[in-house]
Amino acid sequence: MKTVFLDHVRSKLALHELRGGDGQPLLILHGLGEQSPSAVPISLEQWAGPVFALDFTGHGQSSVPLAGGYTCEALMSDADAVLAELGPLTLVGYGLGGYVGLLLFGSRPKEINGLIIADGPGLDGGGDKPTSPQLLHVKATDLDGSTPDPWALAELASDVRPRDYAADHVRQIETLAGLDVAIVVGSLGRPAWLSEIMTSPVVTDGDVGVGLSTFNRS
Amino acid sequence: MTSSEVDAVRSRLPGAKRPERSRRVDVGGIEVSVVEWGREEDQPVALAHGGFDFAGTWDLFAPLLADAGFRVVAWDQRGHGDSDAAALYTWEADIRDAAYVIDSLKTKDPIPVLGHSKGGGMMNQLAEVLPHRVRAVINLDGIPNKRGFNTQIDRSDTRALEAELSGWLDHRRRAGHISRRADTIDGLAERRQLMNPRLSMDWLRYLVTVGAKQDSEGWRWKIDPTLRFGPSGAWRPEWAIPRLRGLRVPYLGVIGTVKEEMGWGTTPEEAFPILPDGAEFHALADTGHFVHIERPGDIAALVADFLRRVL
Repeated sequence: MKTVFLDHVRSKLALHELRGGDGQPLLILHGLGEQSPSAVPISLEQWAGPVFALDFTGHGQSSVPLAGGYTCEALMSDADAVLAELGPLTLVGYGLGGYVGLLLFGSRPKEINGLIIADGPGLDGGGDKPTSPQLLHVKATDLDGSTPDPWALAELASDVRPRDYAADHVRQIETLAGLDVAIVVGSLGRPAWLSEIMTSPVVTDGDVGVGLSTFNRS
Repeated sequence: MTSSEVDAVRSRLPGAKRPERSRRVDVGGIEVSVVEWGREEDQPVALAHGGFDFAGTWDLFAPLLADAGFRVVAWDQRGHGDSDAAALYTWEADIRDAAYVIDSLKTKDPIPVLGHSKGGGMMNQLAEVLPHRVRAVINLDGIPNKRGFNTQIDRSDTRALEAELSGWLDHRRRAGHISRRADTIDGLAERRQLMNPRLSMDWLRYLVTVGAKQDSEGWRWKIDPTLRFGPSGAWRPEWAIPRLRGLRVPYLGVIGTVKEEMGWGTTPEEAFPILPDGAEFHALADTGHFVHIERPGDIAALVADFLRRVL
C-alpha cells in the first residue's frame, strides 16, 4: 500500500493506493469513525482499475482539527481533493461515506462515473428532520489528537439529512451526469435520504458486485 | 505602521470607541478574542456579531450601552476578527463557542444576550439550548423567514445550483493557499461598501483599521480566507421559526425595513407573528440591515430601556 498526503484547506488527508494499475480508479469512502482498509476488500477485488481509499479529516491517518465543526459538506470537500488529484473516478461509500459520495456526485456530476452505496456506520446521520437542538459535549481528556476525532463522531451522527436536500443532489446527477445508471444502492439500511433518491431513474437497487460490474463497463 | 493614518481615520468617528478590556477564551482547542466595554461590576450583556463581521463592528453601539450602565461583552466568532482560524466551521460550533464565552464570565446567573443578523439567529438557538443561562434575547435584524437569505439561490435551477456547489468546492481547492487581498484603507473600505452600501465611508475606513491588519503590501481583512458564503447546505430557515416562537424569555426584536443584500429581508408582517408571546418589536423605517451602525444612539436607548424593564 502506498500513501500520499494531500494538503487540503487546513487538513492533511491520507490517500491510500490499495492497488495500482491502469484504468478508471475506484475510491473507497469509509464510514463514520472508520478508516481506510489496508488492502482491497474481497468484495471489491473484481474492480478492473486501481483502487484508492481516503481517510476523511479526523479519521485514520488524516489530521485532526481543533475544536470540531464537522459537516458532511466539509468531508465532501475532502473527497473532492482526491478528485482533483486523480481525475474522474467511481465511488464506493460505506455508511457516512455513501452520503458524502452522493453530495460529491451531485456537486461534480460530470466528473464521477458512478457511486455504490453500502451499509456502514453513519448511514443515517441525525435523520431527515431536525430534532431538539443541543450543545454537543466532548470530554477534554478524549481530545488527545488521536483518530477518530470524538468531535467527528458526535457531530456527524447528528447532522440533519433532509429528503429534499438528497433530491436536489440526485436531480443534478440526472440532469448533468449523462448516465443511465449513476448510483447503485446495495445497503439494507434505507434512511429517508436514501429512500428519497431510490425514486430517481438513475438510481438502482443492487449489491456491491452489481455496482462494480455496472461501472466497470462504463 | 502608519499610526498617524489610523489616528486620522479614527478621529473622523469620535463616537466610536475601542474596547476597554480584551482577553482570549479557549473554546476547546482554539481561542476566541473577547472584548468588553463598561464597568466590570455592571450587569453583563453578551453581543454576537453577524456573519463576516467582527466584534469591532460594535464600536459605535457598545460604548453607548456601557454608558447606560451595562458591562458589554463581545467576541469574535471563530475565524473572524482577532480569534483563531479553525479548520472547520459550523453554525453549531459557533453556538458552542458562544457558550464558552458566557461561561468565561464566571456567573451562574442567566444574562441577556444580543445578536445581529447571524448572531441574532445564534442567540435564538442559544436561548433554546441553554434556557437557564439566558435572561433575555435582543435580536437586531436576525429574525428568520421561510425564504432564507436575500442571496439564496433557487435550488431547482440546475445551472445555478451547479455553479454554487462546484464554486464552493473550487474555492476549497484553493483555500489552503490564499490570503486576503492587500489594499489601501480606502480600497478595502470601498470593497466593503459593495456589501454595506448604506454605511458611510468614514465608518468603513474605521472598520478597516480594526478588522484588517497591515503588512508590507498593505491592509488585509483578518477574517479567515478559507471562509466563503454558501452553499447553504442541508439547513432550512423554516426550522428556526417554531423554535423562536417557543422561547420563554423576554424578547426584543428589531428589524430594518430597507432590504439589503446582507440581510434576511424579513418583513414586519413575517416577523411579528413568529416572535415569542409578549415580545417587543420595532420595525425601523428608512433603516437597513445594520441597525446598530446606522442608528447606534436609538438602538442603545431602546435596548437599555428594554433591559431595565425586564431584568
